Amino acid sequence: MALHAGQDRVSALSAEGVTRRFGEVVALDEVTLGVEPGECVALVGESGSGKTTLLGCFNRLTVPQSGRVRVMGEDVAIADPVRLRRRVGYVQQDGGLLPHWTVERNAGLVPWLLGQPDARARAAAALELVGLPATKFGARHPSALSGGQRQRVAIARAIAAHPGVLLMDEPFGALDAITRFELQQAFAELRKRIGATVVLVTHDLREAFQLADRVAVVRAGRIEQLATPESLKRHPATPYVQRLLEAAGV
Amino acid sequence: MTATLGLMLALAANKPVVVASKPFAESYLLAETFAQVLEDAGFEVDRRPGLGATEIAFGALRTGAIDVYPEYTGTGLLAILHEEAIPDPRASYRRVATEFARRWDVHWLAPLGFENTYAIAVRPETAERHGLRTLSDLGRASPQLTAGLTPDFIGRPDGLPALERTYGFRPRSVRSLLQSVKYAAIAAGTVDVIDGYSTDGLIARHGLVALEDDRGLFPPYEAAALVSARLVHELPAAVLALERLSGRLDVRTMRTLNRRIEVDGEDIRVVARDALRELGIVAARATPEEAPPGGGFLSYLWAHRAETARQLGRHLLLVAISLAAALVVAIPLGLALERWRPGAESAVRGTGVLQTIPSIALLAFMIPLLGIGVLPALVALFLYSLHPIVRNTYSGVRDAAPDAVASARALGMTDGQLLRYVRLPLAAPVIMAGVRTAAVINVGTATLAAFIGAGGLGDPIVAGLALSDARMILAGAIPAAGLAIVVDLGLGAVERAVRPAS
Repeated sequence: MALHAGQDRVSALSAEGVTRRFGEVVALDEVTLGVEPGECVALVGESGSGKTTLLGCFNRLTVPQSGRVRVMGEDVAIADPVRLRRRVGYVQQDGGLLPHWTVERNAGLVPWLLGQPDARARAAAALELVGLPATKFGARHPSALSGGQRQRVAIARAIAAHPGVLLMDEPFGALDAITRFELQQAFAELRKRIGATVVLVTHDLREAFQLADRVAVVRAGRIEQLATPESLKRHPATPYVQRLLEAAGV
Repeated sequence: MTATLGLMLALAANKPVVVASKPFAESYLLAETFAQVLEDAGFEVDRRPGLGATEIAFGALRTGAIDVYPEYTGTGLLAILHEEAIPDPRASYRRVATEFARRWDVHWLAPLGFENTYAIAVRPETAERHGLRTLSDLGRASPQLTAGLTPDFIGRPDGLPALERTYGFRPRSVRSLLQSVKYAAIAAGTVDVIDGYSTDGLIARHGLVALEDDRGLFPPYEAAALVSARLVHELPAAVLALERLSGRLDVRTMRTLNRRIEVDGEDIRVVARDALRELGIVAARATPEEAPPGGGFLSYLWAHRAETARQLGRHLLLVAISLAAALVVAIPLGLALERWRPGAESAVRGTGVLQTIPSIALLAFMIPLLGIGVLPALVALFLYSLHPIVRNTYSGVRDAAPDAVASARALGMTDGQLLRYVRLPLAAPVIMAGVRTAAVINVGTATLAAFIGAGGLGDPIVAGLALSDARMILAGAIPAAGLAIVVDLGLGAVERAVRPAS
């Protein structure tokens, strides 16, 4: 598989030679990455490796100093960030639900922002997809849910407007082991049904192998290796990837 | 044109004569006699008794916010002109009359007829133990004594500094005490020496010994009506009416009248009216019945219920308007600071510094700009309200659910939507807590508005302190405390109501 698939016109998401510095620190160093439509790419790395910064390039939470980022063919640098973000689903580690809104209203946030008249129906459908029927959970507030349920609502919120792209930043990182396993299973199922392009940030290589089509190992602002789980296991490109595999026990 | 001018003149003439006093009993009494004499001559009178102190009362007169108040030539000479004392009372009067007219177009009417000066007093036991009869004796014994003196006396060059210079008066400690508290303090033995006035009724009431000024340190000063330029130039008839009092109030009369107010607790209006009738200045005529003196606090409050209700209404109005104005300014300011973080902390601190300005000082600063009355009081209360509201708006919005804000932004909420749907609703309880703090502080601070003639529940407190009338003080203090509690409970309910469901 071509390492520089990002230059390919059919990519759903692409980053080409993207550099981002924070003062002296180089968070992204000439990174190039392409994600095919319907593909799930996991960005794996330690804290501070730059994986979240890279993720943010795709909904302009990160503005690179150089390089080009495209989302569904559109140059992110010249896109209206608000409109871009409404077309790109986003899930963060702690859910980030609005505590004063009901589950249904939270789930319907993006359809509502887009002015879709069927926002409630879309919210209900999305909640159904994540296993939280709106009839039972819709009227509750986030504080009345468990951590796993909150994260399911966050996923429902991200997919309610049927975005072509889903960005996930450690979406299962704060959950206990059993809940995390359940949600990983549920997410794998969900992805089959909605067929969205996904970029998943995680520090858990096992999770990446389980959920992603390809895994990018990110280290010090660079992509150390980008490959399918099988290929990564068989041919670790660097000693760092080797160590990572050993540490994860895969 | 002519019609407009005529109308303006008519309006100017119709404007009531504003009669003020400083916050001590004799000043209240003299101001009331001024007011009654003016009313007898057909003028409408606006009473503003108990203005802060010399700076506030004189500042108000000079800027035309009031028209007349009783003043003493010595105070004019030393505290206003900042000149040396002149031993001869007539010379003192001539000096202030000339200088005030020249500098400020403010006029001393002919003296009322009595002289007043400081009297230094001790308890009889203290006098006996230390063998005190004169101020020279006091100077010798002073290292073993503590003094409780009015702030005014401590600061004036002819007050404590002069006492120290002339008599070697160096007490073990000096406490700054209000006129009204002083007598209670010396009666309780908390202090040994106080300053009083030679005409006041309290030295006698508390059985104190006034020490003889054997070196003539305190020259006798004459009391007179100090009147504004407006009165002199536009209402000469009012000046003529006031001059009916000139030379008519002698020391014996004043002692008697002060005693009736300070010792017997009689109503000032009644005492003033009796005095004017006895002197034949105002003709006797049928008058409304008088509230009997004495009685407990509750019967006092009942007898003054209409007045108290009016003061409560005014008080509430002062708090409500200033708070509303503060809301309109402070909430947008807090939001703007949240957007502009680098300057935020220092701006919030700046509003905090405003709060540390002593209320009386702030009110005094306002007089040259805004005069006296409701407007400067509103401005001062407004300034005091800013800090809690700005601070809580800023920090409330800044700290509102950062994860929720981050994710809502990442999903395409605009800054305006974030503010309206996420940050403000989540910060609302914090902002309301700031509003509540500001409101409760304002209820308390608004009592000081009485010092600049803005009315409210401070009126009876200031008057009660000046007259040593506990019932009067409570008639202001208890409703004010009640109002603070009600405001706190009410805004507490609002705070809970705006708390978003979760």
